[in-house]
Order: sequence, then structure tokens, then C-alpha cells
Amino acid sequence: MVVVGVLSLQGDFLEHLQLLSEIDGVKALPVRSAKDLARIDALVIPGGESTTIGFLMRLRGLDSAIIDLAREGRPIMGTCAGAVLLAKRVADRVVGDTGQPLLELMDIAVKRNAFGRQRESFEVELSLEGIGSMKAIFIRAPAIVEAWGDAKIVAYVDYPGIGRVGAVAIQKNALAVTFHPEISRDTKLYEYLVSLVKK
Amino acid sequence: MKLVDSYEFIEKLRDLIYQLLEIRDRSRIGGDSFLRIKMGTPLVKLGFISMLKGGVIMDVTNEKQAEIAEDAGAVGVMVLDKLPYDVRASGGVARTAGLDVIQRVMETVTIPVSAKCRIGHAEEARLLEEVGVDLIDESEVLTPVDERAHINKWEFMVPFVNGARNLPEALRRIFEGASMIRTKGEPGTGNVAEAVKHMKLVNRDIATLRGYYMSGDVEALWVYAKENKAPYELVILTARLGRLPVVNFAAGGIATPADAALMMWLGADGVFVGSGIFKSSDPEARARAIVLATAYYDDPETVAEAQKMVSERSAMIGIDVRKLKPEELMQVRGE
Repeated sequence: MVVVGVLSLQGDFLEHLQLLSEIDGVKALPVRSAKDLARIDALVIPGGESTTIGFLMRLRGLDSAIIDLAREGRPIMGTCAGAVLLAKRVADRVVGDTGQPLLELMDIAVKRNAFGRQRESFEVELSLEGIGSMKAIFIRAPAIVEAWGDAKIVAYVDYPGIGRVGAVAIQKNALAVTFHPEISRDTKLYEYLVSLVKK
Repeated sequence: MKLVDSYEFIEKLRDLIYQLLEIRDRSRIGGDSFLRIKMGTPLVKLGFISMLKGGVIMDVTNEKQAEIAEDAGAVGVMVLDKLPYDVRASGGVARTAGLDVIQRVMETVTIPVSAKCRIGHAEEARLLEEVGVDLIDESEVLTPVDERAHINKWEFMVPFVNGARNLPEALRRIFEGASMIRTKGEPGTGNVAEAVKHMKLVNRDIATLRGYYMSGDVEALWVYAKENKAPYELVILTARLGRLPVVNFAAGGIATPADAALMMWLGADGVFVGSGIFKSSDPEARARAIVLATAYYDDPETVAEAQKMVSERSAMIGIDVRKLKPEELMQVRGE
């Protein structure tokens, strides 16, 4: 049995927990404080507002605990806001530098609200190298504009007026996903995350 | 059944309504299929609302207040011309906020920006969509232009939130295309009493419907739909789901961290704070404290910590709802 934690401070953590518990051999656990991290094999950081999740994470001392967990090699996946929090460099399309609290675990640069506002949010069929294709829901989504070092972009999205930008990046045991598999209810990415857990 | 499963049902409901109206092909919803990219779909709208869960949306009147809200960890701001408390005090006709103010707020913060339009005023809503507001609140705080028919919200790319005092009202709004509900409470009072009343009314009706469903009493569901003017399909969906089929925030009179935590205990997915923050004399600390208390509502230690961040002497004075004349109540607008 693999225990996957979902950071449950703000956002759609419930959708992640429900989807994870439908996968065979997986137990899903909400993570609310640093002590919950000791019991999990992998972590999902859900969608929500990255500024809110970052604010609460720092206030509760969860940020340093999550960085320690990732350094130990336990797999971690961030979706949308979670992908923003994993990035080393973050800027907003309109506001520019955000100065928000981050985990800085992946060698990627992310542009927040890259496609525009909610009006410009969209769904599209996307194919992920080595993982498969799925319906991807992009909501006020960030884009991965650069990956360096060990980080590799494995899926791109073509958006009119913006061009080809990164949608998913993988760096060893960390995954940054800019869309919402928990809303389209596709388990492929979660199964991939579970496969990274050391047996 | 889970909340996201109800999103799929709402998607089918939208398709059904559009088939009947035969305007699907001309509708702006659906985007350009040539590009394979679909915009404004129910999943895109309802998914966005799902991301707000566990958060606080704060009423602001300028970009400075919006920045305070963002720094305090708000999941969104609602731009108004006047805070509900001042709308109540000034009287007259309350309209949507100035588009220049909304635009300045959008250029200042990275979090979603919402704005209110008058009930039934589709043109105000179109203007808000045009400037790029992320969420439109068809709100009873502003003066309604059509109390008998709300806006047809299926036609918009941008999601809508509507107020409701009880379950049938909420289901009627969802049937008109609202992607989110907020229990109305009595806005601009700093008094959470009406918000509690409305949330409990919704909860009791859901429990009743769930009971009918579990005992297989389909007739009772028909009778409920008929007697309460509630759309039958959504009555069954709610009965099966055991909760509102879309995200539901509490609103109207929330002024302290404890108020917010109370509403979360009653089943709210998050809270709107109107006058409570910027009508207090400690807005920065109060905004942070309410965000903390909302996220950790089920941990009394953290809520106590949040409550200590603010002083009761700094809270907005508030209004006893029983002292309001019937014509002064905002909650009765647009059923």
C-alpha cells in the first residue's frame, strides 16, 4: 500500500483525495501540518491560489518540511498552483515579479496566468511523453517557459497568439503539471507518481 | 457520488438546454473547434470555482485594498464602488463598479478579480466579461433591474455566482447557469445571523432530500420540486449527491475569524467577506486572521490563534437585523 498525501490547506484538495483513493493499492491522506508528512510516501500539491497556499504553508512551517521531504527523494507532484510553488522562478504575465513564497524544488521558470484571465481558460486533448494522452483542463493556468538542468518538459500546448509553451515538466521525482487531472478525472499522472515511489 | 461527478451532469444539462434552444452553433461557448481548444465549457467554469474552495474572497473598492487582500492570502477580490455597508447608508440606486477601477485592480493583483452586476442586467454582465473579470456576481447588494428573471448565464464565457436564501432558490440559479452559489445572509450588517439561518435552511432541505432518495421515495422528490418551484433534475442530483451540486460560499455579515470558521463548520466551501474587513479599524490583521480561520476551521487551536490576531474593539459595529425595516432588507431581492 502506497500512501499519497495531498496538501490540504486551500484549493481542490478533496478532488485529488477522492481520485487517488480510487486507484488500487493507494491510500490518500490529507496533509494539514508538518507532522502529517512523516506518514506519506508521495505528495500532491493541489490547484488553488498559489499565493494563498504559499502564505498558509509558510505560516504553518510546512514549506521547509516539504523541501526536506523532496530532498529525501519522496515523489512530489504539483498541479497548477502546485506547479507554481515547485518552480525556481515565477513571474506573472501582467504584474511581473510576484515575490510570493515558493518551494523552489524544480529547475523551471513559470509564467503565471500565462494564457490570460478566466475568460481565456480552456480544455484540450494533450499528449504527454511516456505517460499517454488525456483531456487537460487549463484554468488561469501557468506555463512552463523554461527548463534547465535535470528538468525536462514532456508536454507542450499550442495556444493561439501565445505559441508552444510547456505544460508538464519532470525532474527526477518531481512533476510540475499546469492543468487539472483531478477535474477531468484522469488517473494516469497519479499512477505515474505512485510508480516513482521506491519499493 | 462526488462533486466533480455533478459537473459532468451540469455539462449535459447545458447541452440539453442548448439543443432545445437551437442556438448552440451560434453560441460563443465552444470556441473554435479547428484549434482543438475549447473555452468557456462547464468544466472550465466549474473547475475554476473548485479552486476557490477553502478560501476567502474579499470586497475591495480600490487597488490598495486589493493588495492588502492579496498579501493576506485571499483567493480573490470583489471590486465594488461602495462596500455593502456604505450602499446601505447612502441609499439610491447601486450599480456596477467603474470599469477603470476594476481594470486598475486587475493590473495590480495576480489573484482572480470578481465584480458585481445588477440582477437581470445582462449588459452590465457583458461589460464585465469584456474587461476580463474572472467571476461575475449577479448580486442583490446592487439595485435589481429585473426581479422576475435573472440573467441567462449559460451564454457567458465567464462563470457567475448568485446569492440564495434556501435550496430551491439555489437550484433555480444553477439551472439558469450559475457556476457557484453563495448563501445571501444580510449584506453590510456585520451580523452573521442571517448567513447562519440561510446556510441551515439549505442544509436541512438537502438532508430531507437525501432521506427521500435513500428510502427510494421518488414521489416525494417530485412533490418537493413542484411545491418549491425547484428544477426537478437538480432536485434529484442534489438528493443523490447529498450536497449542493456546485461550490457554495457563505456571505453576508461575516466580520470575525470565528464568524468565518462557524460558516465553514456549517458546510460552506469558503467565505465572502464584504464590509467586515475594510469597515474595521484593523483590516490587514483581520484579513490574515480570517484567511487562517477559514483554512483551519476544524482546528480550534488555530482559530483561537486567528481570533487573537484581531481585537473586538476594532471590529465593525454592525447592525441588528431585527432593527432593519422590511424594505431595507437586501436578501429578499430576486428570488
